[in-house]
Amino acid sequence: MNITKISLYSGAALLGLTLTACGGGAGGSGAAGGAYDKNATVNIGSLYEPQNLDNTAGGGQGVTEALNGNVYEGLFKLTDTGKVEKLLAKDYKVSPDGLTYTFTLRDGVTFHSGKKLTSEDVKYSLEKVLAKDSQSARKSNLEVVKSIATPDARTVRVRLSKKSISFVYNLSYVWIVNSQAKNLKTSEDGTGPYRLRKWTRGSALALDRFAGYWGGAARNKQAVFHYYKDATALNNALLTGAVDVVTSEQSPDALDQFKNNQNYKVSDGNSTTKLLLAFNDKAKPFTDVKVRQAVSSAIDDKKLLESVWGGYGKLIGSMVPPTDPWYEDLTKVNAYDPARAKRLLAEAGYKKGFTFTLETPNYDPHPIAATFIKSQLAKVGVTVKINTITPDQWYTKVYQNRDFTATLQEHVNDRDLVWYGDPNFYWGYDNKQVTQWVDQAEQASTTAEQTRLLKKVNRKTAEDAASDWLYLYPQIVVANSKLSGYPVNGLNSQFYAYDIKKG
Amino acid sequence: MARYILRRLAFLLVSLALASVVLFVLLRLLPGDPANALTSVGAAPEQIAAARHSIGSDRPLPEQFAHWIGQLASGDLGTSFISSLPVGPEVGARLRVTVPLTLAAFVLAVLIAVPAGFLAAYKRRTWYGALLNGVSQLGIAVPVFWLGMVLIAVFALNGGWLPAGGFPQDGWAEPAEAMRSLVLPVATIALVMSASLIRYVRSATLDVLGSDYLRTARALGSSFGRAMWRHGLRNAAVPVISILGIELASTLLGAVVVESVYALPGLGSLLATGIAQHDYPVIQGVLFVSTLAVLLIGFAADILQRIIDPRLRGRLSGGAR
Repeated sequence: MNITKISLYSGAALLGLTLTACGGGAGGSGAAGGAYDKNATVNIGSLYEPQNLDNTAGGGQGVTEALNGNVYEGLFKLTDTGKVEKLLAKDYKVSPDGLTYTFTLRDGVTFHSGKKLTSEDVKYSLEKVLAKDSQSARKSNLEVVKSIATPDARTVRVRLSKKSISFVYNLSYVWIVNSQAKNLKTSEDGTGPYRLRKWTRGSALALDRFAGYWGGAARNKQAVFHYYKDATALNNALLTGAVDVVTSEQSPDALDQFKNNQNYKVSDGNSTTKLLLAFNDKAKPFTDVKVRQAVSSAIDDKKLLESVWGGYGKLIGSMVPPTDPWYEDLTKVNAYDPARAKRLLAEAGYKKGFTFTLETPNYDPHPIAATFIKSQLAKVGVTVKINTITPDQWYTKVYQNRDFTATLQEHVNDRDLVWYGDPNFYWGYDNKQVTQWVDQAEQASTTAEQTRLLKKVNRKTAEDAASDWLYLYPQIVVANSKLSGYPVNGLNSQFYAYDIKKG
Repeated sequence: MARYILRRLAFLLVSLALASVVLFVLLRLLPGDPANALTSVGAAPEQIAAARHSIGSDRPLPEQFAHWIGQLASGDLGTSFISSLPVGPEVGARLRVTVPLTLAAFVLAVLIAVPAGFLAAYKRRTWYGALLNGVSQLGIAVPVFWLGMVLIAVFALNGGWLPAGGFPQDGWAEPAEAMRSLVLPVATIALVMSASLIRYVRSATLDVLGSDYLRTARALGSSFGRAMWRHGLRNAAVPVISILGIELASTLLGAVVVESVYALPGLGSLLATGIAQHDYPVIQGVLFVSTLAVLLIGFAADILQRIIDPRLRGRLSGGAR
């Protein structure tokens, strides 16, 4: 869970609170080499079943995992290291003013239905994301698009209303769909290396290698995503060979049985999922920077991470994970220091402490983290009342109505620091300077300039303790050792299956 | 008897109509918004409004209710808000897992409980009678999910004889695989269900064993077996049938825990997903179908009891004396 992944709904269906940002990740774990079965069926175990098959209609995290890059492709794709590469776009040019993008499409691409890819399909797909009823998490990022023209069948020209350095990156989230396709919530028509064979709701989604694929064929004949509601049932499936790989292990206690077993391989990849203690910066007493800094200093993040994930995961001092270009190690800012916390509270006029309610989503790890925070803050005289809520309540009460003082939440995506530039976001951080930096960064002409500005945002929000960033989750993939070539980072929940080799 | 069946049928239809109103209204009283399941963090208010409009949850309640009843009348359970799949076929697909699971577990539980319960009563003064009684007491205390985990550990993880969970994607098109995946879930439900059934069978048998008519039959020269067969069984069956009806009905929905432990795509897991997503058409569809099933089971149990015991025929419902 997390806000992108917000697996709101216990395990399976996520409220697709997909926070925007970035990601990427194909590729795979090294291993491999050697002989493999070109006609193997790879069984993939996951807790995230799609809600429907359309990512502009609330398909949730599961639809990204199963279909992104496997069934649907964008003009660009994100690699496992978070880099943007050309995919259906053979080439592109940007006008000197940075407002016109001209894309040339790759030749010989056909949809699974047999129709050839044309510029009309690209236009249609972009418009689908921008449509009034679109539920795409990318919609707000792409609203800079002013007009889309198709001078010929292989050329698309997009004009923007203002400069957007993330435009190409954001396009990697836009699936190119056949403009004549129907019923995209229950069927598909993409250009990817697999076509959908069958989706049995509540059970599995099977993909077959697409013979007419324009690029290199998938290294397995069939990829089947098996869906579980229960992490233990999923681990049992891996232990009995019913699945070959688990996309994202959410049950740290279960890792020992795989770690010390040579039949399995545990990979600890780069995650972008952060656990936040998000203050409502517009609600007393968290309107006061000193109070936020005090609370941040009073919580021993290292101990919390240890108790939740054992040896896995990383400490972070801000919203930025090490894989974002504007990362800086800020763990020293507002670091654990209970004496400082007490001093700051006294300075802020809360010598005797105060009481606040912590809205706590009812699924792991939030309840554990809440109890831990409660005991830590008690030591500096702050009383925490834990209010347990469902993901749906979180969405309504906290996210929409801002009716909260502080909350816990996972934020999944990379590059989501920019939310601190939006004073209307749920946590209510409102700093004109930061908003301006974020704005300028998006309109920057070079990535160096963008990075420089976002580093300033990073440092400022960290110093202001805009939120308390408790830790960065690990991204753990457990696989049968016969398997190689699977993605280990799964950034933004993508899971490219086409390079997986089964020995 | 024909008049009774007609009256009982009318009672069933009225109950069903009332149940559908109640379930429609109660669902709408729950806090939360189905549009939340469709939107993402960062969604603008217009996006949320658009989501509400697309699923029709922005229309007035009476209009939504009339729409649903209209669909029901034409045999259509509606379309899921979230997946856009029609609910009817979805429920049908889940029933193909849940009904065989429930029926098989039920039959197995009866096959275990009736002889065991009879023995526990008839031989209550022997050590094995007492043991049976003790084991059934213990069985009632065992949570279903725990038993499921133990059976998985023994038969799937260690033994490797049976799958730890899941159901073949092609369902009953792979009959051997489908049956194999139901073995452990059936055993889990049957063991827990038979534990409580044994106690009912035992107490019904004890009633009969102590009854005057059985003593009279024996005094008139019947053998014990013949007296039991002609008089005892019929009398003991009446209260047991009530319980069986209730057990069968509750297992149909109660299978949700077992379905989760064994990752089975059954009716219970569809209901759980539907509730989490506020997917009203799915919840209504599942609950309507299961309400109908429960009412039909009660109907069948009442009729059966009246066939067995003519003294009940004047009463509308019930039968356990």
